[in-house]
Amino acid sequence: MALSRATHRTIVGWTFALPFAVLFVVFMAGPVIASLGMSFTDIRGTDLRTPLNVGVIGLENYARLFSDTRFLRAAWNTVLFVVLGVPLTIVLALAVALGIDRGVTKFRTVFRVGYYLPVVTSIVAVAVVWRFLLHPDSGMVNGLLGLAGIDGPNWLTDPDLALPSLIVMAAWRGMGTLMVIFLAGLQSIPRTLYEAAAIDGAGPWQRLRDITLPMLRPALLFAAVITGIGYLQVFEEPFVMTQGTPLDRTLTVSYYIYNQFGFGNYGYAAAMSYVLFTVIVGLTVVQFRLLRPKT
Amino acid sequence: MTAKGRWWVYVVLTAGLLAVISPFVWMLLSSVKPAGEILGTPPTWLPGHVTGEHYRSLFERLDLATYLTNSVAVAVAVTVGNMVFCSMLGYVLAKLSFRGRRLLFGLVMGMLMVPGMVTFVPLFILVSNVGLANTYSGLILPYLVQPVGVFLMRQFIGELPDELIDAARVDGAGEARIFARIVLPLCGPALATLGIITFLASWNNFLWPLVVAQTEDMYTMPVALALYSVGQNSIDYGLLLAGAVVVVVPVLLLFTFLQRHFTQGIATTGFR
Repeated sequence: MALSRATHRTIVGWTFALPFAVLFVVFMAGPVIASLGMSFTDIRGTDLRTPLNVGVIGLENYARLFSDTRFLRAAWNTVLFVVLGVPLTIVLALAVALGIDRGVTKFRTVFRVGYYLPVVTSIVAVAVVWRFLLHPDSGMVNGLLGLAGIDGPNWLTDPDLALPSLIVMAAWRGMGTLMVIFLAGLQSIPRTLYEAAAIDGAGPWQRLRDITLPMLRPALLFAAVITGIGYLQVFEEPFVMTQGTPLDRTLTVSYYIYNQFGFGNYGYAAAMSYVLFTVIVGLTVVQFRLLRPKT
Repeated sequence: MTAKGRWWVYVVLTAGLLAVISPFVWMLLSSVKPAGEILGTPPTWLPGHVTGEHYRSLFERLDLATYLTNSVAVAVAVTVGNMVFCSMLGYVLAKLSFRGRRLLFGLVMGMLMVPGMVTFVPLFILVSNVGLANTYSGLILPYLVQPVGVFLMRQFIGELPDELIDAARVDGAGEARIFARIVLPLCGPALATLGIITFLASWNNFLWPLVVAQTEDMYTMPVALALYSVGQNSIDYGLLLAGAVVVVVPVLLLFTFLQRHFTQGIATTGFR
């Protein structure tokens, strides 16, 4: 029996896709749907062996979120993380990328690799080191401030400084990725644009403002999208550095979800994760609208 | 834009670089300080005395060999799985038109937006209910295929010339043969990127192993380090720093030697 060419192609296509598809359905798509279902129930950690005891409670978990002051605090902290962290990371990465691409001709690889190193290292190990560096009395950060005659604070226990400290640490870990993206973007800008601008007498700032930044627009928006998505989910920094202290000032949404999971409140945790998911999808859609080239 | 660059840019970039890598430098130097020196006031860079005692006690007081073996085994399995399965799917998504292709690609890309916390709880329930908690399978299977790998491979294979594949099809070669004999050998750079990225991500992964690995013989390096650093009353700071060095230094070396294969993939996917 001869199959039509189209049918044959479909069979071959799905055969190649099969291992991926099976694992994808079981370990990704399945849990995504299960999570949505759980968010409408009162499932708890103790219900796992008796799933029939679980009650459907509709939108109650979602309604509860908006009167949960700890959740609102976590949401606010997460917003701060994004609003402060994304611009900081982008500006640092852009400055480094511009320096490497335009300002130097030697040691480019050394700079590129060096600035990228924090990206590839384990957050657990990084946290160990940063807790030493930020130690109030024996930490190198306050040690250096002491040389300048400044009495450094206790970074991780001061309610006003704990979150900013984590943001700086996240920017330190995240800027390498953006630097690489910006370097690729900078290399795709035609040199002739700069030559023409130089003939017209444009100075370095004008060239940056009128050529480089507009030409980098896709790279900048891409960087904003991935950094924004990353910081909305920020979890590891508070988990390993502060466990949400002091006074919940470093409690983030993802960390609170993990907390509620730890308490066995599975349904509630699932509802929160879906709120986060919705915000991420919304932000991504908005930013992709912006990404689309102007016509 | 001058031919030789500007001296002040070198100065600023070098100062920034020193600041960025200084935590690693301090970590390395302090891991060979005697216990009393590590948290001395004022803090110091150079060790007054050099000692290897913390590295020795990593093996004597902790089961470092087991954690390292677990970390490597999981990372290798996850890396191989992603290289094989993501390139298979990437090939058919890029070069074969079949029913369901667009839907499949849409689903895989949509998954990129799903926060880890959404799947975390159901995944944990699934893995514990089918008896995979505290097993290698439980550590490996959820990471064996990743959407970003499919994206990377599809982009790369999509840029290979169609004529190459069409010619082989005309000659009567089956898709499996074309994939293995023509496409894969040309995918070296993309596979290298995917392999390095996946290996590093798995090596550094810690939340999932933290909940799945429940006895010490299943711990990976980051899990052991995390539990040791928060769990105990009297923390041995030297041991902690030596452990951090063991987690960090292999990936720093791996990355530095292989970075050429790495950067293009990051620029296209934003993956870290």
